[in-house]
Amino acid sequence: MAYFLQQLINGLTLGSIYGLIAIGYTMVYGIIGMINFAHGEIYMIGAFVSVTAFVLLGLIGVSPVPLALAIVLLTAMLFTALYGWAVERIAYRPLRGSSRLAPLISAIGMSIFLQNYAQITQGARLKPMPPLVEGGFTVFESGGFAVRLSVLQLLIMVLTLVLMAGFTTVIARSRLGRAQRACEQDIVMASLLGIDVDRVISATFVMGAALAAVAGVMVTLYYGVVDFFIGFLAGVKAFTAAVLGGIGSLPGAMLGGLLIGLIEAFWSGYFSVEYKDLSVFAILILVLVFRPSGLLGRPEVEKV
Amino acid sequence: MAVPPAGPWSGLVRDALVAALVAGLLALPFVGLETYDIGGGALGIRTHFDRVAIAIAAVFAGRFLYRLLRQLYRERPPSAAPPLARIAAWGNRRAAAITLVGLGFALALPFLPMSSRYLIDLGTTVLIYVMLGWGLNIVVGLAGLLDLGYVAFYAVGAYTFALLAHNLGFTFWEALPLTGLVAASFGIILGFPVLRLRGDYLAIVTLGFGEIIRIVLLNWSAMTGGPNGISEIPRPTFFSLPFARNAPEGTTSFAQFFGLDFSPDHRVIFLYYVILALALVTNWFTLRIRRLPVGRAWEALREDEIACRALGINPTNVKLSAFAIGAMFGGFAGAFFATRQGFISPESFTFMESATILAIVVLGGMGSQMGVVLAAILLVTAPEFGRAFAEFRMLVFGAAMVAIMVWRPGGLLARREPSLHLEPRPTAAQSR
Repeated sequence: MAYFLQQLINGLTLGSIYGLIAIGYTMVYGIIGMINFAHGEIYMIGAFVSVTAFVLLGLIGVSPVPLALAIVLLTAMLFTALYGWAVERIAYRPLRGSSRLAPLISAIGMSIFLQNYAQITQGARLKPMPPLVEGGFTVFESGGFAVRLSVLQLLIMVLTLVLMAGFTTVIARSRLGRAQRACEQDIVMASLLGIDVDRVISATFVMGAALAAVAGVMVTLYYGVVDFFIGFLAGVKAFTAAVLGGIGSLPGAMLGGLLIGLIEAFWSGYFSVEYKDLSVFAILILVLVFRPSGLLGRPEVEKV
Repeated sequence: MAVPPAGPWSGLVRDALVAALVAGLLALPFVGLETYDIGGGALGIRTHFDRVAIAIAAVFAGRFLYRLLRQLYRERPPSAAPPLARIAAWGNRRAAAITLVGLGFALALPFLPMSSRYLIDLGTTVLIYVMLGWGLNIVVGLAGLLDLGYVAFYAVGAYTFALLAHNLGFTFWEALPLTGLVAASFGIILGFPVLRLRGDYLAIVTLGFGEIIRIVLLNWSAMTGGPNGISEIPRPTFFSLPFARNAPEGTTSFAQFFGLDFSPDHRVIFLYYVILALALVTNWFTLRIRRLPVGRAWEALREDEIACRALGINPTNVKLSAFAIGAMFGGFAGAFFATRQGFISPESFTFMESATILAIVVLGGMGSQMGVVLAAILLVTAPEFGRAFAEFRMLVFGAAMVAIMVWRPGGLLARREPSLHLEPRPTAAQSR
């Protein structure tokens, strides 16, 4: 029971992070119908910016942890959002309206580029990060096994909840959100009605990248190491989350993220750590084959 | 971005300034500030603001020149096609001659005066990628199915041969047909459930499949040796004549049989010709099957799936055949790779390898056989020109993939028109 509870906490933490990344996939897919393969790399960029920002703050001597954390979060979101914007502008916008595969190949190219860009400029070695947010509580204790919930895990979950709430409000209430929903339904009609589609798409990429940046900062703190290769696996897992929840659906992305996090935690807790990534890939294939519209998604109709 | 206003210069400068500013901001946290290990698990920071300045200047100049050229170009009447397209068109007209010259060069390579063991080895590597590119071209270029896990079939081929040789004592030539068969079966097993999916989903599923194969190879230690891989894979023989200094009891070695002095180069040259033959078989097969109904169906399916269904073509079966045949050639290439290296491990079969093969197909122009050769030569030999190239190889790969998709979505030597036309084009009907 205690062990189960511990895996639950770990899984929810991990799932929050996947959910944050998955939103970027699902929003972009909802609006322009492409898989932004480079999104995992955007998250990696966010993690690297946060490492640099932490080190800089340490050198300047900003010691209060909440202040440092807030500054790092903002910096990472800002720079990563700029990367998200630039990626869309350079690699995807010129291809809008071409075949389905062209943007995907371009995205793969972008992903390879960003990975190697980070490797060349920052070095191939792991970047260690000293633990910044320490402490935790014992939630439950039985038979000598204490279930721990660290402050950091709590922070990750709460921050994700807050961001999700804020984000849902933006989509549901703001002018931009309305434009985004309009574009999701019918991009041509939206542009005929005076919505600046290019701006809406750029904003979507910027928002997705900012959320991925938060995930990047959290992962940096959670695992304490970052390297240039983390984007690939996290990207695939988050994409799986988006597909599982139903691609194009925001609550679906969050739900999918949590489920993937839980599955991964329980799989490595009860079966085998070596095959934990395999479980995610297997789920991806199974979902795509048996329920391509996901848990909360609408089935897609192909038209001539 | 902003439309260039009436004043030509101020508009261009402003646009370039914006681009340079963005580039500067992008470069700052990565190029400008480099974190590095200072020992004890702590990080320090090195600054490279000079590089950021260079990047800003380069982007400013590049963007300015690009916009300027485009403006000048637009003012002139579009008299001729862009230079790359002209080169490609020239290549297509002279395809037969270029093929002959290329083939002659490939055949003569080991005996040219400047050849060395190093050059032949390099040629062998290039040919492996040419073969993989041609194999993947069936799936991506002809059938239009984006496969991001092609390396899985390459791995299946390599491991099939290695396991057959180790456990059942198969030689390379006995195992070769089986490796193709096993790889093709894997293609069918994977393809059957997933080929109903739409293009981009299919891409992700194949990626997942590639990773699954790699993870299994990595962790199923009892069978595959895990991360240590399998070593001492037998070398191929020349009609059962081994390439060895001292032939085992009861056999004659290649050198003894032909009365030559033993030289390790014999095997290198032999391997080169084996892969050349395998690659040419792949190419010949592709060119022939394009004219069969199934090949026509692949291309038709690539162009318009819904129309195909309306015409009574079963998309799943047609796609499955492309997938299986592509996988088969991947398996052959894998077996050759195993016998050439003598050692295989899961490290050789990562996603990056899939991406490299895909890059070869895409850069060459999907569906173009010549383009694959060109791209393979470019991508494989580039790192040989120096350390700098090797370090930046993948970076340039990625950038080139983006650039080619943006400027020439059909690839360098685009040849995506279907083999068969309805219009009365006398030469097009039989072209490839």
